[in-house]
Amino acid sequence: MAHRMASPLDVDRIRKDFPILERRLAGDRQLVYLDSANTSQKPRAVIDAVTEHYERHNANVARAVHQLGEEATAAYEDTRDKVAGLISAPSRDEIIFLKNASEALNLVANTLASGLAEDPRYRLGPGDEIVITEMEHHSNIVPWQLVARRTGATLRWFGLTDDGRLDLTDLDELINTRTKIVSMVYQSNILGTVNPVERIAARARDVGALVLVDAAQAVPHMPVDVTALAEHGVDLLAFTGHKMCAPTGVGVLWGRSEVLNSLPPFLGGGEMIETVAMEGSTFAPIPHKFEAGTPPIAQVVGLGAAVDYLTGLGLGAIHEHEQVLTAYALDRLAGVDGVTVIGPAEPVDRGGTVSFTVDGIHPHDVGQVLDEHGIAVRVGHHCARPVCVRYGIPATTRASFYLYTTTAEIDALVDGIDEVKRFFG
Amino acid sequence: MSESLYQEIILDHYKNPRGRGLREPFDAEAHHVNPTCGDEITVRVRLDGDTLADVSYDGQGCSISQAAASVLHELLTGHTLTDSAVAGTAFTEMMQGKGKVEGDEDILGDGIAFTGVARYPARVKCALLSWMALKDAVHRASTEKVG
Repeated sequence: MAHRMASPLDVDRIRKDFPILERRLAGDRQLVYLDSANTSQKPRAVIDAVTEHYERHNANVARAVHQLGEEATAAYEDTRDKVAGLISAPSRDEIIFLKNASEALNLVANTLASGLAEDPRYRLGPGDEIVITEMEHHSNIVPWQLVARRTGATLRWFGLTDDGRLDLTDLDELINTRTKIVSMVYQSNILGTVNPVERIAARARDVGALVLVDAAQAVPHMPVDVTALAEHGVDLLAFTGHKMCAPTGVGVLWGRSEVLNSLPPFLGGGEMIETVAMEGSTFAPIPHKFEAGTPPIAQVVGLGAAVDYLTGLGLGAIHEHEQVLTAYALDRLAGVDGVTVIGPAEPVDRGGTVSFTVDGIHPHDVGQVLDEHGIAVRVGHHCARPVCVRYGIPATTRASFYLYTTTAEIDALVDGIDEVKRFFG
Repeated sequence: MSESLYQEIILDHYKNPRGRGLREPFDAEAHHVNPTCGDEITVRVRLDGDTLADVSYDGQGCSISQAAASVLHELLTGHTLTDSAVAGTAFTEMMQGKGKVEGDEDILGDGIAFTGVARYPARVKCALLSWMALKDAVHRASTEKVG
């Protein structure tokens, strides 16, 4: 047995910050929440920030000259600074608030497909290639399939190795001078794999392709530095608030200023314009160019509180804590007869999202019986059906961890799986 | 424990499926999938006039979806298309009844064991999967015969 690291977090204290973790379920069972990759729970500080916004500062942003409008705008724009700080963005203007990571990915795909960019590097057309991977979330597959159909570009992808990693054997062939954009997931939401984005981005930069990173499962769980990533060739990065202790309804697209300035607008509407005439319009500079209409103001305020909360604890410490949990979970699950982990079996370059199958028992049945014990997991294909097809399984059961997860909860999961096997055995 | 969802009857059909396997000859078949969980079922029907001479099936998925197919086979094989339609309507009503609609055992046989499933919205689709596939297969068989 390898030396086991201790968690740097005081998890007992952290758990007190999350009111829902006190929740008793039907039958007075304690909640064991192992579904944070789906959505994270919210700390008191975030809930309070949203409530306070509505109770004291509610107004529309950037439109009102009154005091409430100024307060709401200040809180909204403060979050932009906080998010820029969180991911080490060189400029606050490179932070775009959208409704979720899916919208961010769709924004990039659709603006490239629109054909409206002046610079041909930002226009997709016949003969161009789009490169994704087989472990993408559907939100990073379907938009590209749609724009490939619309533009005549070709969609290509990296396959997976048997141990749940990207097969980079064809790196130099797959990413070539025809490649216009490479869009890849940082940490897989089904396999837990953390991909070598720097290596892939470097190849893309060499051939002049854009690089978009889906960081929905990365930013909540580890330090992410877009200035450093940009040096390796990463141009754009998408993530969502609700997986990082913030409310639902707010996502973030970061992009290098040069790239965001070159992309045409996505949605048209209020606040994204400079001047509007019936004959045509000119557009606001970034970030507002991409923020049409009234944004999710309270949600952005909640995101600001979430960033404060996470950075107060330290993303490095959160990451270490999850590494400890992941090692513990992989070790314990390896000892359960009939359980097969789908994804990297070692806690190296992988995060705290652990998918597995239980021999002869469908994941829906696994999840249902676990729920009877108060254990919340996700079952299904996790919006990454090609991964299930690749490994010849219809679905998986997925346990995912966060800063408030304990090893005792992983023990409860293992006991629960024993119950499942007894029940259907 | 999950008694209300996993009735003994359901577990029995799951562990000892009746009439499983796709059989020849057949007049039509339908393949249905539940996109949220990957349950799959193929249902074949052979008609003899107005009678379902055989209902055969194969698939993979959770206990609810697979047990429902077994119940379907047992309940409807040898019965008329009218009986099948009545049972299909009754089963659908029960599954959409949020656990408050008790099935009629004379119409649904072992199918009444699924009434508890109706309390779990995520699982209703699993229970209905083979019934929807049957409806499709019967429709195809009937229209093809007429046409």
